[in-house]
Amino acid sequence: MLKKKKTREGAEVPSSSLADIAFLLLVFFLVVTTIDIDTGIGLVLPPPPDPEQPPPEVRERNMLKILMNERGQILINDEQAAVRDVQDRVINFVMNRGADPNLSETPQQAVVSIKTDRQTRYDFYIEMLDEVRGAYRVMYDAEARARGYRDYNQFRDRHGEPNEIRREIPMNISLAEPDPGS
Amino acid sequence: MSHFQKKQASTKQEVPTTAMPDIIFILLIFFMVVTVLREVELMVRQNLTDAENIERIEEKRLVSYIYVGPEILGAGQYGDTRIQIDDALVDRDDFRTIQNVMRERRTQEPRLIVSLRVDEESEMGIVSDIKQELRLADALRINYSTRRTAGTDVSM
Repeated sequence: MLKKKKTREGAEVPSSSLADIAFLLLVFFLVVTTIDIDTGIGLVLPPPPDPEQPPPEVRERNMLKILMNERGQILINDEQAAVRDVQDRVINFVMNRGADPNLSETPQQAVVSIKTDRQTRYDFYIEMLDEVRGAYRVMYDAEARARGYRDYNQFRDRHGEPNEIRREIPMNISLAEPDPGS
Repeated sequence: MSHFQKKQASTKQEVPTTAMPDIIFILLIFFMVVTVLREVELMVRQNLTDAENIERIEEKRLVSYIYVGPEILGAGQYGDTRIQIDDALVDRDDFRTIQNVMRERRTQEPRLIVSLRVDEESEMGIVSDIKQELRLADALRINYSTRRTAGTDVSM
C-alpha cells in the first residue's frame, strides 16, 4: 500500500526545458522590440477663432514679427536677417524690459510671431522654430543660474512645471497662417 | 590515491543555476511589456528633419500619428505629397476626414496628442491645412516630430 503511493508521487512534469523555452521567447522579443521614443517640438494650438470675439490686441513693440519666404529667407521686423541671428534677436527682444522703445515692455507681454509662405519648406520652418525655442532655452538657463542652479533642467527637476521661471518668461510663440505666396 | 580524492571533495565548482529561469522570465516579461508589435506600413516617405530643442513624449498611448510626405510609388520613385492616417492615405483635398477622425479620437481620449510626422521636403501649406482641421476638431496638443541633432541632449 505504502509502496504504491510512493511511485505515484514520483510523476512530475519535466521542467528542465523551461529555461530553454523562456530563452527562445526572450530572444524573439529582443529581436522584435524597437524602443523608439518619439521626440519632437510639442506645442498647443489656439482654439478655433470665435467670430464674436476679436483677437487680443498686442502692441506693436511687444510683437517680434518673423517672416520666412519660400526660399528660406528671413525678415525680422521688416529687416533681413540670417537664421543664426534669430536667437540673439529674440533674446534681445524678450529681455528688453522696456529699455529700447522699439522692443518689448516685459517678457510676459512679448510675443514672437512666426509666419511663412505656403511654399516654404518644412525643414526651414522647423530650423527657425528651433532657433526661437533655443533662445528661450538660453533665457531659462540664465534665469536658473541666477537662482543658483546649474541649468534649467536642474531647476525644473526641483520645482516641476509650470514654475516661477515659466511664469516670468512665458514662451509666447504665435504661428500665423501662411500667406498663399506667389 | 586517497590524498587525491580528498582534494576534489573539498571544492565545489558549480555555479548555482536554480534562479536562472526566474531571471530569464523577468527579462522576458520586461520585453513583452515594452514591445509594440504592430507598426503601420508607411505609404509616404518619412525623412524627418532634426532639431536641438526638443522634448520626449513619454505617454505613447496618448499619441496619434499623421504622416505627411511624398507618396512611395516603388522602385525609388516618389509621387505628390500625401497624408496618411493609420493604414490609409487621405484623399486629395478631403481634409474633413482628418477633422472627423481626430474629433472621434479626442472624445475617446481627451488628453490626445497628435504627432505630425512630416517629411522635410513638404511645404508649409499642407501642414497649415492640417493644423486648421485639428483646431476645428479641438485636438489642440500637437507635436512636430523631429529627430535629435547628433550630440545634443533631449530636454526642454
